[in-house]
Amino acid sequence: MTADAIAAAPPTARVAPGRSSAVARTVRYALLLLFLVIVLIPAYVLLVTSFKGVGDASPSRAWQLPQEWQFDGWQRAWELLAPALGRTFAMVIPAAVISAVIGSLNGFVLSRWRFPGADIVFTLILFGMFIPYQGVMIPLVQLMQSIGVPSGVPSLILLHVVYGLPITTLIFRNYYAAVPHELIEAARIDGAGTLRTYSSVILPISAPAFVVVLMWQFTSAWNDYLFALFFSNARNGPVTISLNFLASGQLQDYSASMAGALIASLPTLVVYILLGRYFVGGLMAGSVKG
Amino acid sequence: MTSSTPALPADRPAVRRRRPTRAWVGPLLLMLPTIIVLGVFVYGLIGANLLTSFQDRHTRGPSEGWAGFENYRLLFEDDTFLYSLRNLLYYTAAFLLGTLVLGFLWAWLLERGAKGESLFRAVYLFPMAVSFIASGVVWRWLLNNAEGERSSGLNRLFGDLGLSWLQNPWWTHERWGIVAIAVPAIWQLSGYVMALFLAGFRGIPEELREAARIDGASEWQLYRHVLFPQLSPVALSAIIIIGHMSLKVFDLIMAIAGQTNYTTQVPATQMWIEFTRGDYAKAAAIGTVLLLIVALLIVPYLVATYRQEPRR
Repeated sequence: MTADAIAAAPPTARVAPGRSSAVARTVRYALLLLFLVIVLIPAYVLLVTSFKGVGDASPSRAWQLPQEWQFDGWQRAWELLAPALGRTFAMVIPAAVISAVIGSLNGFVLSRWRFPGADIVFTLILFGMFIPYQGVMIPLVQLMQSIGVPSGVPSLILLHVVYGLPITTLIFRNYYAAVPHELIEAARIDGAGTLRTYSSVILPISAPAFVVVLMWQFTSAWNDYLFALFFSNARNGPVTISLNFLASGQLQDYSASMAGALIASLPTLVVYILLGRYFVGGLMAGSVKG
Repeated sequence: MTSSTPALPADRPAVRRRRPTRAWVGPLLLMLPTIIVLGVFVYGLIGANLLTSFQDRHTRGPSEGWAGFENYRLLFEDDTFLYSLRNLLYYTAAFLLGTLVLGFLWAWLLERGAKGESLFRAVYLFPMAVSFIASGVVWRWLLNNAEGERSSGLNRLFGDLGLSWLQNPWWTHERWGIVAIAVPAIWQLSGYVMALFLAGFRGIPEELREAARIDGASEWQLYRHVLFPQLSPVALSAIIIIGHMSLKVFDLIMAIAGQTNYTTQVPATQMWIEFTRGDYAKAAAIGTVLLLIVALLIVPYLVATYRQEPRR
């Protein structure tokens, strides 16, 4: 269940031999629908509240549709978040691409060559994936200041690349481990060097793994708050900082906060809706070791 | 950081058959930048953080000498820190239990294939694409602690549905407040655990079930002796992933309760507060404690995985 899960299409529904009775089936669907409704409650609240104006402020109308659909909240949220959205894209795209490319090279090396201590190096890299960043944060702040990386987007690109390397390396390594050995041997017989083998044999078949890794890095960098808090501020930081600033203000501007939450989530939601099935596959590859 | 390592002679066809022992030198050079960078940013900084935590450094200025374990001693005498450790334990227990139970239940309901399965899966899974900060905006509204007439959020919904006895102060409760923070976390990650279990269920060969049925196993025996053992590696992965996420909880609390709220203090929020106060030594000590807790969970898992790795 490692690399082959990456490319896994949504598992096909497998209808088991008719063991379940009509009652059991009804109960099953009732439960599935009940949970569906429960999971969607926050989405309902978010949408409905974002369109409410002052007339709907009474708590007794909390769960009802707006008396009058208003877009003021959306406008306020957009004005506040638009610059941060731009910065977030500027941060997330390079961070995802760079860490994916390096992770791919690393994965290639780790899947093919057993240099002395390769297992230990790999395990040590993996540990980097799990550490709570609080355990390195104080000296990290000092290190970033001393190497002079400007606060905001540049710092965050660097951090997301560096701390993204363990997972990108892992996913590519698992993916490449499933590549038939003959493919690489053939390239070698043709006289290709390591980098040539990589670029002419490995890279062309890497698209599924790149999709997963880019998605993963895009989402986790987009959703990051911890690094953003330590290495940026509301003027040069990503959208999570601006959103929390908007939502935790004294005024409790609920309609703008809810609209803002949706605006800030839209890019990851779109990515998820378009490529969701790869997402799950990638998570498997990154987590369930076969 | 693009590597321009030239192709090494070892890779040329002439030496291919002899498989020289140093064939890995070139590829290793390709990886060297990563090894160095992670060496510095992970292990170098863990060391540096440890050193800071042993220093007498409670302002933004330079260290005023060594303090030994004094910072740690003070930390474990600090009631707030002990409370935040307790909170972390409660939170993790609730988060793990909630996601494992719901994740398994959903996967179990879906594993035989259901009409509209992809819709159910997509809906159960979508919350994990959202940031904790964004979902925190909604959940702060849902978990509003006002009760009775003034209530809104879930308390209002409970009231409207005639379930007023369910109304509660949510995250402001001194004892159980932190468990309320686990509710949105469970909402976000149960779908992920479901996806893990679904993949696990579908990795079990149909023949195995058939064989059990032919042997006359009851449905319960089938689960007890065939399916559960096959699913236990998946459950372990889920525990490791959710567990380490849980121990790092920070964003959700910042978004829902804010950093200064006492009832939802955890080590990560306390570390942030000490950092903003400029008490670097105390912040570093909290960071180290958190790192050790996560390492207790992760290291055995990594060592076991590394031992299992098939030799190629």
